[in-house]
Amino acid sequence: MRRLVRAIILLATIGASAGWVLTRPVHITDDEVAALTGDAAAGEAVFWAGGCASCHAAEDASGEARLILGGGQAFPSDFGTFRAPNISPDPTQGIGDWSLAQFLTAMQNGISPEGQHYYPAFPYTAYRLADRQDLADLFAFMQTLPASDQASLPHDVGFPFSIRRAVGLWNVLYLRDEFVVTSDLTEEEARGRYLSEALAHCGECHTPRGALGAVDRSRWLQGAPALTGRGTIPALTPDELDWSADEIAAYLNDGFTPTFDAAGGHMRSVIANLANLDEADRAAIAAYLGRLPPSDTAP
Amino acid sequence: MSLPRTLITAALMGGIALSSLPLTATAQEQNPAVTARQGQFQIMALNIGVLGQMARGNTDYDAETAQAAANNLLTMSQIDQRFHWVPGTDNESIEGTRALPAIWEEGSQVIAIWGRFGEGAAALAEVAGDGLDPMRASLGPVGAACGDCHDDYRAEE
Ligand code: HEC
Ligand code: HEC
Ligand code: HEC
Repeated sequence: MRRLVRAIILLATIGASAGWVLTRPVHITDDEVAALTGDAAAGEAVFWAGGCASCHAAEDASGEARLILGGGQAFPSDFGTFRAPNISPDPTQGIGDWSLAQFLTAMQNGISPEGQHYYPAFPYTAYRLADRQDLADLFAFMQTLPASDQASLPHDVGFPFSIRRAVGLWNVLYLRDEFVVTSDLTEEEARGRYLSEALAHCGECHTPRGALGAVDRSRWLQGAPALTGRGTIPALTPDELDWSADEIAAYLNDGFTPTFDAAGGHMRSVIANLANLDEADRAAIAAYLGRLPPSDTAP
Repeated sequence: MSLPRTLITAALMGGIALSSLPLTATAQEQNPAVTARQGQFQIMALNIGVLGQMARGNTDYDAETAQAAANNLLTMSQIDQRFHWVPGTDNESIEGTRALPAIWEEGSQVIAIWGRFGEGAAALAEVAGDGLDPMRASLGPVGAACGDCHDDYRAEE
């Protein structure tokens, strides 16, 4: 932890001097998105695949309540406690007055309308890989959801992690524009890769993290310590997860393992999202998992 | 379902009385309360599996088989739980269990969730023999109760 603090101070210092230009927030402009028209109906699937409700709806919300994105859920980490903000269409407490360009800048560059860096507890690191059309659809869908006037809660993050600019340098080090799995994939497997890597951010939980909390792409989906301390989040590589593709797809729908144990922990909320997708999409995710490089080999 | 709920309340609250029973673990051997509850959950999973495979379309629906599995689940939900949940058998106190201390803490929802499992199992047993669609629809709430409890009260492996 001490080493981490020192590293962050270093990042912040560099960020404040030499790296100032490098870490400058990059905004997507209105002109760049002028050609995009969001389709709210198509955006619903993006919403469920992206898992927004898992973080931005109230803790343990179920059913219709998962569509109220008033925020408030807390995410404890080595760096402090982050809280998901209100992203409902409320114009004052939520993001109802945002433009599509501002939304895309947040989702893909991790930058707020005010030009501040978001913390990567918000998985813009994954959404960066998403198609802009999909995100425009998502934005249109989110505007159809109920507004919540609940105020966003502040993060509880101490110095030096409170320096958002340091995230700019973190982004330079860790933000990637390529998928992790780059082998030749069938159309179905590629769809599964898109859903898993760009939207559902499976890697945020199932991949171990290295220095500064970044996901270690060389150990992609090879399992990780549980967020709660004890135990592990299982590996999804085919050498470790010996379920058939049908069994994986069924688990992502009804939450039962092949021996009919019921999924728990954070996976439960992931399944509640994925159960809303077309069957073909869950099958695609299962097909993609079958193409993961086995554990202890680099992807 | 108020009877089993009362019995679990008794089990969870009655730790003092129970601690005189020979149910304390040693470092080497599995605690009998833990063995019993894990076995109970295995039986539940086995019976859920019979119905789940039909719901998934992997096996043909058979009314009598479905009814038998649903009856078993209902019976399981009515077993007096008091001996399975001895205080001190959480995963911070002993090895060999994934039961989280939150089960025994104030504000614990396990009794309510176990009650929902019982209600779901009763509703399932009503219709399990009536056809695939009604069975499938009633399996949902039972599965949700399993997941709700594992979500908050069972540790990762
Ligand atoms: C793993 C949890 C998590 C998931 C999943 C998640 N978010 Fe967030 N999100 C956060 C956190 C935490 C923040 C606050 C980041 C910060 O303040 O630095 C945030 C911030 C945001 C913001 C900026 C809001 C503001 O007021 O500045 C937007 C917009 C947003 N998220 C949209 C989404 C959408 C859309 C999805 C689904 C596609 C999503 N998020 C999924 C955790 C999450
Ligand atoms: C928010 C964290 C999180 C995310 C995101 C996540 N998972 Fe999980 N996953 C878990 C946890 C925790 C478990 C263990 C569940 C349990 O204890 O029952 C798990 C279990 C699983 C399992 C069961 C493996 C086994 O051996 O039992 C599969 C399969 C799985 N996840 C696939 C995925 C896929 C595919 C994605 C992305 C589409 C994904 N997960 C995204 C946390 C997550
Ligand atoms: C009231 C809470 C609760 C409910 C309801 C519940 N479980 Fe569990 N389950 C647990 C806990 C706690 C454990 C961990 C027990 C231990 O390791 O001591 C567990 C463990 C298990 C296990 C692993 C047993 C082993 O051998 O280690 C299986 C399988 C399982 N549950 C299946 C189910 C199924 C299927 C359902 C629904 C029909 C269900 N459970 C309902 C709390 C619950």
